[in-house]
Amino acid sequence: MSPQRRAVSLVVNGQRHALEVVVHHTLLDVLRNDLDLTGTKECCAEGECGACTVWMDGVAVNSCLVLAVEADGRQITTIEGLSREGSLSPVQQAFLEEGAVQCGFCIPGMVMSAAYLLQNNPAPSEEEIREGLSGNLCRCAGYKRIIAAVQRAAEEGRR
Amino acid sequence: MTNVGASAGRVGGLDRVTGRQRYMADIRLEDALHVKLVTLPCARARIVGVDTSRAWQVPGVRAVFTAADLPDPMPRYGVHYDDRPVLAVGETKFHGEPVAAVAADTLDAAQKAAALVGVDYEELPAVLDVRTALDPAAPLVVDPELRPDDPLAHTNVRREFRYTWGDPDSAAADLVIENTYTFPMVTHFAIEPHAFAVAVDETGVTVWSAIQHPYILQRVMARVLGLPWSKVRVIAPDPGGAFGGKGYPKFEPLLAYMAMATGRPCRLVLTLEETFQAVRRNNAEVRIRTGFAADGSLRFQDIEADFLMGAYVDISARVISKSSHLAAGPYRTPHARILARAIHSHTPPSTAMRGFGTPQFTWALEQQMDEAARRLGIDRLEIRLRNLARKGEEVVPGDTPADGDWVESVQKAAAAIGWGEPLPEGRGRGLAVGIKSSATAGAAYSILRFLYDGSVFVLVGTSDMGQGARTILTQIVADELGVPPESVNVVMGDTAAAPFDYSTSASRSTVFMGGSVLRGCADLKDQVRRIGARLQGCEPDQIEIERGIVRFPGGEERSIVEVVQEGLGPVGGELIAVGTMRGEADPTHPIGGRPWFYEFNCTAVELEVDRKTGEVLIHKHVTVADVGKAINPLQVESQDEGAAVMGLGHTLMEHLVLDEHGRIVNLGALDYRIPTTKDVPLQLESIIVENGDGPGPYGAKGVGEGGLLCVAAAVASAVNEATGAVVRDLPLTPERIWRAMREVTPSGASPR
Ligand code: FES
Ligand code: FES
Repeated sequence: MSPQRRAVSLVVNGQRHALEVVVHHTLLDVLRNDLDLTGTKECCAEGECGACTVWMDGVAVNSCLVLAVEADGRQITTIEGLSREGSLSPVQQAFLEEGAVQCGFCIPGMVMSAAYLLQNNPAPSEEEIREGLSGNLCRCAGYKRIIAAVQRAAEEGRR
Repeated sequence: MTNVGASAGRVGGLDRVTGRQRYMADIRLEDALHVKLVTLPCARARIVGVDTSRAWQVPGVRAVFTAADLPDPMPRYGVHYDDRPVLAVGETKFHGEPVAAVAADTLDAAQKAAALVGVDYEELPAVLDVRTALDPAAPLVVDPELRPDDPLAHTNVRREFRYTWGDPDSAAADLVIENTYTFPMVTHFAIEPHAFAVAVDETGVTVWSAIQHPYILQRVMARVLGLPWSKVRVIAPDPGGAFGGKGYPKFEPLLAYMAMATGRPCRLVLTLEETFQAVRRNNAEVRIRTGFAADGSLRFQDIEADFLMGAYVDISARVISKSSHLAAGPYRTPHARILARAIHSHTPPSTAMRGFGTPQFTWALEQQMDEAARRLGIDRLEIRLRNLARKGEEVVPGDTPADGDWVESVQKAAAAIGWGEPLPEGRGRGLAVGIKSSATAGAAYSILRFLYDGSVFVLVGTSDMGQGARTILTQIVADELGVPPESVNVVMGDTAAAPFDYSTSASRSTVFMGGSVLRGCADLKDQVRRIGARLQGCEPDQIEIERGIVRFPGGEERSIVEVVQEGLGPVGGELIAVGTMRGEADPTHPIGGRPWFYEFNCTAVELEVDRKTGEVLIHKHVTVADVGKAINPLQVESQDEGAAVMGLGHTLMEHLVLDEHGRIVNLGALDYRIPTTKDVPLQLESIIVENGDGPGPYGAKGVGEGGLLCVAAAVASAVNEATGAVVRDLPLTPERIWRAMREVTPSGASPR
């Protein structure tokens, strides 16, 4: 008895994919395994670490908590879609410039959450940044440079 | 252009912000089978029988392995002790130890089949804490037959380490303080869970593992499989954080047997829960009796520590022997007696973790200093300054003397936290110091290939797990050879490509591999000098090379690449240089050699305690590291910030809790909390002291662990100042602080 599948259509980073997905697979599973978009990371698989953060219809979500079938017909943006034609988004640029990256495993999720935060609040206070990134765990850093990177990206955005 | 000493951007940073960096779980292997482990819901059980028939019925299942599918006797492996079975045999020793494993075409099939493996078992009483483990009536964790010729075989103690100097029994003291401190079971929680794969073919065995020490894995795999080392290739993608947890072999031997049986590569990506069960930090109980003179100077230390290392030794015996040797800390201690036990239990095995046993001792030692200060009426800063070893003075007789101006670090921390200035209402300040031994021996080889176009391949066996070794090595090569950093390619993580490196541990990479690469650069320059001499008809030693410019006796200057190209001629080729850095072991030394350097840290905090809830809010946290020379200051500072926050984790919130079956209750990110952006200090400052007094390139010492060593003690000290509360057990949860506050006697003295 092979697992039950269903047809879904996802638009990932602007590209449409018609897929037969296993019904209990998460959006994270499908991105990583079916589409080989491995920039999105898996850690806790229970919505607590933020490593798997992507945008669904422009809203940041933990892709480990979204079933692929629930994402049917949605627009998904992953870390691979954030930089276009080799040019980095302001958040990515700021993460590099502030030295916010260590091992990097949390970074794709962190960047997606930070960029989402800035989209909705282009001039966040430090408090708001701490709040906005509190669902993204990093074990390498003291978060200070990550917060500074978001501040820098916000400043760049206001220029 | 100078790269060394500048905060060059991280090599590999771009791939990390774009999601292109491939970690172990991101690597696809054609035709690979997915493996799922089968475990029991308790720590210790007798395995009565395993029924695999239903698991085999799941479509896509290619192997269902139990102990019966492995050689008899069960192969065992480990870094220093071959004590860990490939699969549990007869009895499980901890919650999470696999009794069977399934390999299938898909992960779904493997998971489904694993759930269908029927294990008939009988739960047995388990040893879960120090007291039970030391009870003569306790069950033995390790079968005595596996410990032949070991006088401790009939106990749960694997090793006892004793160090004594002076005459602690007759040392006179005006004040003697005796307390017991506990340090909890915590886990590394790298954001990348453990992941491995093994493929077998004619060329031998290829192992992929997010591992810090690929050569140790190569050696262990070769030994357990009976293969020459040359037939074991370890590919180690950059780990997504490690902190000591990714040092030693885990399930790679199991995967090798499964790959041999199925003829297909086998891969295993652990869940975070399984990662928690794989390894952890040693929890410890430290009993300490300290004697002081009335002026606060230390008279003696009498320290007895019990480390609960779990079911298998892994690297714990080394963690304990090494950290206990330096248990008296960075002070002048005229008399000391230290006894540390490495104890088995039915809990997940402990391994290395940032600080390597030192945080457990520092937690105890620094609180003793505080209590002495309180009771003798001496300032807490002052009592430390009075006792700190000055540069060149011994901390442990016969060992490496103090190798830095530690007083300078302490004064910098005190100044940054505003020590002695008036405190806002409800706040306290605390300050503590910590010291950790670095590597005592090791060998790091590097190959530098200077290519015809002037670019350079650097082949090294170090792992870049976030500490930034690639960046540091690139900076060194760029400076030494005068080439742009963009044309340096540091190749790591493949034992078939890079030469031997002992390990990426004990903050050694900059000192050992940096030193090796520096020597490789010197070798390359010698080769260029010889070529230049041949071309110009002079002697090699008449030629000077500085930052890529070759200066000939007549004053003519040419770039290295020009000289190399002319020397190699139209056929081309390359120059190959080897860097070798070795520190030999010293069998007469109690820990196998003198540490190459110390990591010294001083941490100071200012915090506020909510008197109603016991909750701590850290307003400012200062961490000061004596690093010799910061080759990349940004990387040094940010690693120390990370260490500080990891330290705050075990200080304030982290603690693996076991139930009566030996299961971890708070298994996973939901219940095991680590610091988030909302838990970190409002202000976090990382300060570097550079006096060029380290043994590494340009006077560098290793960094990255120090920032964690004394965080707990500094916070406890501040909590005490703010509230009078004394807590000797970690973590300092609101409840513990709240209870301790209620016990404070009116005089403010601590309860005994
Ligand atoms: S993997 Fe999705 S939140 Fe942790
Ligand atoms: S950079 Fe390693 S987990 Fe964040």
